[in-house]
Amino acid sequence: MEKDIRHHVPDDVLMAYAAGALPEAYALAVATHVSLCDTCRATAESYDALGGAVLEQASEAMSKDSLARTLALLDNAEPETPPPPRPIPEKVDTVFPKPLSDYVGTSLDDIRWRPVGMGAKQAMIRTSPSASARLLFIPPGVAIPEHTHRGQEVTVILDGAFSDETGRYGPGDIAFADEDLNHAPVAEDGGPCICLAVTDAPLRFRTLIPRLLQPFLGL
Amino acid sequence: MTGTTPSHNAAEALARSAEGARAEPDWSALIIRIRDDRDQAAFAALFEHFAPRVKGFLMKSGADAATAEECAQDVMTTLWRKAHLFDPSRASAATWIFTIARNRRIDLLRRDRRPEPEDLPWGPEAEPQPDEVTALKQETEILHQALEDLPEAQADLIRRAYFGDLSHGEIAAQTGLPLGTIKSRIRLALDRLRHAMK
Repeated sequence: MEKDIRHHVPDDVLMAYAAGALPEAYALAVATHVSLCDTCRATAESYDALGGAVLEQASEAMSKDSLARTLALLDNAEPETPPPPRPIPEKVDTVFPKPLSDYVGTSLDDIRWRPVGMGAKQAMIRTSPSASARLLFIPPGVAIPEHTHRGQEVTVILDGAFSDETGRYGPGDIAFADEDLNHAPVAEDGGPCICLAVTDAPLRFRTLIPRLLQPFLGL
Repeated sequence: MTGTTPSHNAAEALARSAEGARAEPDWSALIIRIRDDRDQAAFAALFEHFAPRVKGFLMKSGADAATAEECAQDVMTTLWRKAHLFDPSRASAATWIFTIARNRRIDLLRRDRRPEPEDLPWGPEAEPQPDEVTALKQETEILHQALEDLPEAQADLIRRAYFGDLSHGEIAAQTGLPLGTIKSRIRLALDRLRHAMK
């Protein structure tokens, strides 16, 4: 399902993903984008291959009986027989790729949205606390309230599109905004923009009302 | 080496002959033999080569020797059980074992879960094309050689990124190198690797 994807994951992030070094919420954003983007999938697999090359260079002698002990274990560990050929899964009409639907399900109707103002809504996704992930629903033509964040904000567009001063982002695109960017993405007219947004610290909205509400909304 | 079954040598010899004069045994073929024939000799050959490397990888990631050894055995047992999932046209044996070891390390250090990308809709599993398998094998050899040929300072940062599980900020603290230098060295290293792959 290759889309017209123009915004990709930078190399250092894909390498950290391959190394298994990303906080869960960021890894979720990368896995979601890679599910939609053949280019980044190929690059991610090449970083796995680099991991294989690094593995080849590491070596520590095993104790002498380790092979014998492991062979003994194999007697109890039959190789799994390949599962019967899967029927082609029924195409579920969902905007959530598999890594994301594992967290939120496949149906938009089941998402428990909470309003964040201007008709925009969010739903927090439970991940490890090292970073936080949420779904955002932004009505057409509406701006996400202006906000800043410490660290990096990563956004994967699932449906619709938004624009900010760095460009236009459509389905499958991934946007990286560092803490210097004080941006106000605006959803395009036409349909709502639904995206996955990940930050390593709470969003800080610049307008007064959202900031007052922040403690209650868990932003 | 003790602990080596006689048939292990036979398996390795067989893998070598399949590869002609090349020094490296055909690890992928050995995994396929586990899948198809539950071949313990093939497993022994893979174990002798890869278990020490998985142990080294885990120790450099911070595990103690005993834990690393136990996990290396786990990783190799997983290879035995999951051999049917191995696709030699998509990954080399080293790459596949790396991904198993990486995931094992995440469990071990109780690190964050790592969501995996959605599988591609391949449809009914077809046997991989032999020319794809060969092409991947050649690319793998070039990549491994290219990593060995990197200037040590660059190779070291790449290895740290995979072993050390460190952010660039932490590497900066360890090496005393400024963050900008680390990023540009890693970028340079990746450029060189990419160039070698052309």
